Amino acid sequence: MIRLSRRDSLKILGAAALVPVMYGAPGPLRAYAQAARRLPASRIGKRVFVLVELKGGNDGLNTVIPYADPNLPQMRPSLVLPGEEMLTLGDGLAFNPALKPLMAAWDKGDLGILCGVGYPQPNRSHFRSIEIWETASKSEETLSEGWVASTLHGDVGRTADGIVIGDYEFGPLTGSAMRNVIIGKPDQFIAQAKKIQAVKDSSGGGALGYILRTRAELLDASTKLAPLFAEPPALPVAFPSTAFGNELKTAAQLIVADAGVPVLKVSLGSFDTHVNQRGQHDNLLRQLAEGLAAFREAMLVTGHWNDVLMLTYSEFGRRANENASKGTDHGTAAPHLLLGGRIKGGFHGAQPNLEDLEAGDLKFSTDYRAVYATVARDWWGLAGDIGRLGAHKSLGLLA
Amino acid sequence: MESTATQPLDAADTRHLLARVGFGATEEEAAALHGLTRAQAVQAILDGARREAVTPGPDWLGDAAHVYPTLGKLDADDRKALVKLTNERVLALKAWWYGEMLATPSPVTERMTLFWHNHFTSSLRKTRSPILHFRQNALLRREGLGNFATLLNAVARDPVMLDYLDNRLNRKQKPNENFARELLELFTLGEGHYTEADIKEAARAFTGWTTDRDRVHFVDNPRIHDAGGKTFLGQTGRFDGGDILRIILQQPRTAEYVAGKMWREFVSPMPDAAEVKRLAAVFRDGRYEIKPLMSALLTSEAFWAQANRGELIKSPVELLVGTVRFFKNTPVDDVTLARYGKRLGEDIFDPPNVKGWPGYTAWISTDTLLAREQFLQRLLRGDRLGAVPANMVRPGKPAPPSLPMATDESMAGPKGVAAEAELRTLLLAKPPANPPSADASARVRLAALFLDPVYQLK
Repeated sequence: MIRLSRRDSLKILGAAALVPVMYGAPGPLRAYAQAARRLPASRIGKRVFVLVELKGGNDGLNTVIPYADPNLPQMRPSLVLPGEEMLTLGDGLAFNPALKPLMAAWDKGDLGILCGVGYPQPNRSHFRSIEIWETASKSEETLSEGWVASTLHGDVGRTADGIVIGDYEFGPLTGSAMRNVIIGKPDQFIAQAKKIQAVKDSSGGGALGYILRTRAELLDASTKLAPLFAEPPALPVAFPSTAFGNELKTAAQLIVADAGVPVLKVSLGSFDTHVNQRGQHDNLLRQLAEGLAAFREAMLVTGHWNDVLMLTYSEFGRRANENASKGTDHGTAAPHLLLGGRIKGGFHGAQPNLEDLEAGDLKFSTDYRAVYATVARDWWGLAGDIGRLGAHKSLGLLA
Repeated sequence: MESTATQPLDAADTRHLLARVGFGATEEEAAALHGLTRAQAVQAILDGARREAVTPGPDWLGDAAHVYPTLGKLDADDRKALVKLTNERVLALKAWWYGEMLATPSPVTERMTLFWHNHFTSSLRKTRSPILHFRQNALLRREGLGNFATLLNAVARDPVMLDYLDNRLNRKQKPNENFARELLELFTLGEGHYTEADIKEAARAFTGWTTDRDRVHFVDNPRIHDAGGKTFLGQTGRFDGGDILRIILQQPRTAEYVAGKMWREFVSPMPDAAEVKRLAAVFRDGRYEIKPLMSALLTSEAFWAQANRGELIKSPVELLVGTVRFFKNTPVDDVTLARYGKRLGEDIFDPPNVKGWPGYTAWISTDTLLAREQFLQRLLRGDRLGAVPANMVRPGKPAPPSLPMATDESMAGPKGVAAEAELRTLLLAKPPANPPSADASARVRLAALFLDPVYQLK
């Protein structure tokens, strides 16, 4: 879906008087406003940003565990693990043992842990909170355009500006500034796109012009991607045969084949572990770690790791105390992972304090929009206007 | 105005009218309007509008024990069972509405219900009560072409709305501004026509409009109502929620906002400001009766202008329901349609956020366009889409939907050419962007009408 809020279109035009506020700007005008704002993207080059969505709300306290905290056994009796199983990381924090495959990245300084990521006035609805994360909105503000689309500028020379792998929504990539495609299974995508007949003239205006241009984009992307998926580049490592592993494999193929798509998105879930969390969550974390470790290895061996930045995100963490069903309910702040050849490894930001809760929830220490602003400023090298992220400084996460 | 509306309806006009206020023209619907003028056709459609569904609701509507499922006190197994039951009913409710849209002899009623569903948004994701949503849906249908003031007052007291926008929790001691804010921004005045102070004062006035503990019935609770004086849109008094709605309805801006939104739904993506003012005056002078506004809108110069034909994009529901209605006995069931709707970006009863579906070009992305074409291809190939009721299943592969006149013999000669042209006029708002070659088979030529990009337009 291509969506842009009315507020944004007015801001971009810089001339509210031109557009009657009661009606908002229609699509073609919005697209024009977007195009006018496109700037040369200096640093993007071959760089690829890989978003990893942990769907359902990942339990941060069982991912990066404050194992030394004396409150933990009483707050989370069914989730607490024996000390000797912990993968200690320092500062009283440890990885859940299921994340063992990530230890190599941690040891090499290729893995950063962003502690206590969240936002003020947290919303505990899956749906609303992921929308906040996707659009970089304030808690009480509804925006339509995703934060990536509002920040990164589309470039018609690319195969596509973004590819979502294995999901049906563009999420943070939503917006008319980006030409995105969704690929469930690569061969199916190519086979379906082939059935679309080319239209000679896509130059018209209005609704039909919009549809014809979107078809042309789709055909353009699928034509460029077809040879790549017909003979995908050989990858030097085996990926886990999970859905998540396959998505990362597709991402790795796109990067190794130099598809020239600067944003990719994969997802894993469901992390909505209200009941009997222990085994389910361990299993999800294992899938996450095995997938990310294989991906890193593939990038290292093929010489692409320095061109890759990966970021996990999720709608919220979970409550500090476990519930009566040996699970956890919707909470607030959580740690997130940053991986890549150019990042500063180690901990960033402050781990929330289990003795300083707000109505049973962790207080965030790192605003998620500052993480996005870091990507915009330091990974994409966008020095000027980065829109709604503009108020946030870089967190200095890249080396 | 006279000259436009009194013209006799030609075939292209028929297609235009039925696509804009219904789900597209079926041959029967087109035939029913034959020989009328444009104004008479509009009148016939509005006069014949139903206020109730024709299909019976799901059989669990009377399940008093599960009106608003609450998980709080349940153990893990019961919780799981209730979540499962609720999920099944959520899908059944969505399927039920598709069934109604397919069966109704009054498509304009369903289009208006969809319009108000996208205006007074609520979501099953937040208010997980299929029974209460069914009741809200019935309200939107009953007043969809009724009276806007009545509708607004009923929606503000609707248990689903009280829950969706949190007015249920709005109390004197702890005001919650969510409903007041969206009431002004999205439901009535539109951004820029009130102040933050107006929102705060309106929220105070709405304190006490809540539900009973079961969240099933509206309750006006004086103990949590802020009875103090308020100043709202320049008027001062000890206002309650009803007063706020009354003051909102006194504002000329409210009628303009609603008329502008209806323009974008039924006429064109870019409203004509002077025309909207004229229509808003009709709306207000008619004490917010919706039918006279619709009638004025549908008999306007702009509605019939060639420049506006095919300049709107079919919503997923319009595409799905319209195509299936056109082919009778298509092997597709209502649950599958509900799933397709979600896939195409319109998950009914679950709008993306309080602003609803933005519509128009936002319906079309590389992904949804591909999925739209895939649906049409599968339907035209005669693939069975989802579970088909037993009485519709034939042995072997189900028959492709019967395209009228779709044999090479019937399509040959001047008679066939005329038949194809007639069908094209009924289906496409503009000349096809991808005309099939003249030597293609009849079936390919007719399928091309549905697969043409112009078929996505209305």
